[in-house]
Amino acid sequence: MLTKRIIPCLDIKEGRTVKGINFESIRDAGDPVELASLYAQQGADELVFLDIAATNENRKTFSSLVREIARYINIPFTVGGGISSVEDASALLEAGADKVSINSAAVRNPKLIDEMAKAFGSQFVVVAIDAKKVDNPWIVHTHGGKKPTDKKLFSWAEEAQQRGAGEILFTSMNHDGTKNGFAIDALSKLNQLLSIPVIASGGAGNMGHFMDVFLLGKADAALAASIFHFGEVPLPDLKKYLKDRNISIR
Amino acid sequence: MKVVIIKYNAGNIRSMAFAMERLGIDYSITDNQEEIKTADKVIFPGVGEARSTMDYLQALKLDLLIKDLKQPVLGVCLGMQLMCAYSEENDTKCLGIFDETVKQFIPKNAEKVPHMGWNSIALSNSWIDASLDEAYMYFVHSYYVPVNQNTAAITDYIQPFSAALQKDNFYAVQFHPEKSATVGENVLRSFLNIQS
Repeated sequence: MLTKRIIPCLDIKEGRTVKGINFESIRDAGDPVELASLYAQQGADELVFLDIAATNENRKTFSSLVREIARYINIPFTVGGGISSVEDASALLEAGADKVSINSAAVRNPKLIDEMAKAFGSQFVVVAIDAKKVDNPWIVHTHGGKKPTDKKLFSWAEEAQQRGAGEILFTSMNHDGTKNGFAIDALSKLNQLLSIPVIASGGAGNMGHFMDVFLLGKADAALAASIFHFGEVPLPDLKKYLKDRNISIR
Repeated sequence: MKVVIIKYNAGNIRSMAFAMERLGIDYSITDNQEEIKTADKVIFPGVGEARSTMDYLQALKLDLLIKDLKQPVLGVCLGMQLMCAYSEENDTKCLGIFDETVKQFIPKNAEKVPHMGWNSIALSNSWIDASLDEAYMYFVHSYYVPVNQNTAAITDYIQPFSAALQKDNFYAVQFHPEKSATVGENVLRSFLNIQS
């Protein structure tokens, strides 16, 4: 049976992880490869690396980091941040990335999804959507959540699927950072609407939230950052907790 | 032992090369016909679309070469699908090593397409080490090879399909052993340990 995926997310700036990391076993808390190796050993199903600086000067650093990750990490990983062309994606594929995630650039130029799916296959293209519920509609935001757009979550996700996205990474801005749980209602609706996998992001605070996101939100995968980095929810404990509750977990 | 990874326009060649490095295996990546023919083991990786990949292989005459290889050859993901006779993906005639048609997954209820993530394999008369029966491997694909007389492992998604194949000196896996953690590396070891 296909298992639900647990995905730690690492924010990268100039080749180093940012946000605090709290592991005694890690010698260099800023080394993404060391942290990623630890997560892979602990049973992470995939990893996401986000280049949060994403400037032109930084891009070369990021590409060489992606190559090092591919060299040492034996599980799949997605890279994102500032990818705005087929050429950008091609450089990351060449460096060894399994998937790329595109966000603002896809909103600005939706045809980019078609072009990337055609060039590399749908399985390579993750469309990341940051959305915020304002009154009723979920409004898609870009530029790290700073800019509201005229797009709505559900119609944009459907369009991304039609254009060839292989997966949707949905972050609820209302839930992100709260540690009060994922956006269950929106996820459940998204999962009924789409025939491609959905990764839930934003709001993970405890192990029960993961059970909810899989059972009630019907998500295929769940992503989190700080709760893993600070050891609040150790990966092996989380996987055991979910297995004990009959959720399909590797 | 000399291992060759066939060089063509596939997406995961570097990942496969890094997996060989992690296993401590000497390898080369080449499209040189003589070098491929004389290797002890050949790996035929693959990520991408069937038609354009077959066109590319034909242009380099690698299609005929691969079919005629006598040493153990491992096809991975699209590589496995291209070893079959025909793929529904863009109506593509393939190498015909396995006499099978590659079919498109039709999404069913909660089972989405692509089949993406970790799923278990059930070995049947397999070249894959017995300790890996029921192990979880990483899959990413929208097309599948039905269960047939050459099936060496079965995975269930939407319906049971071939997770691995074998016929004569040709071996193949639908999943990505190079991305399937240590169990995946053990599948690669199973292949590398085959005596030719």
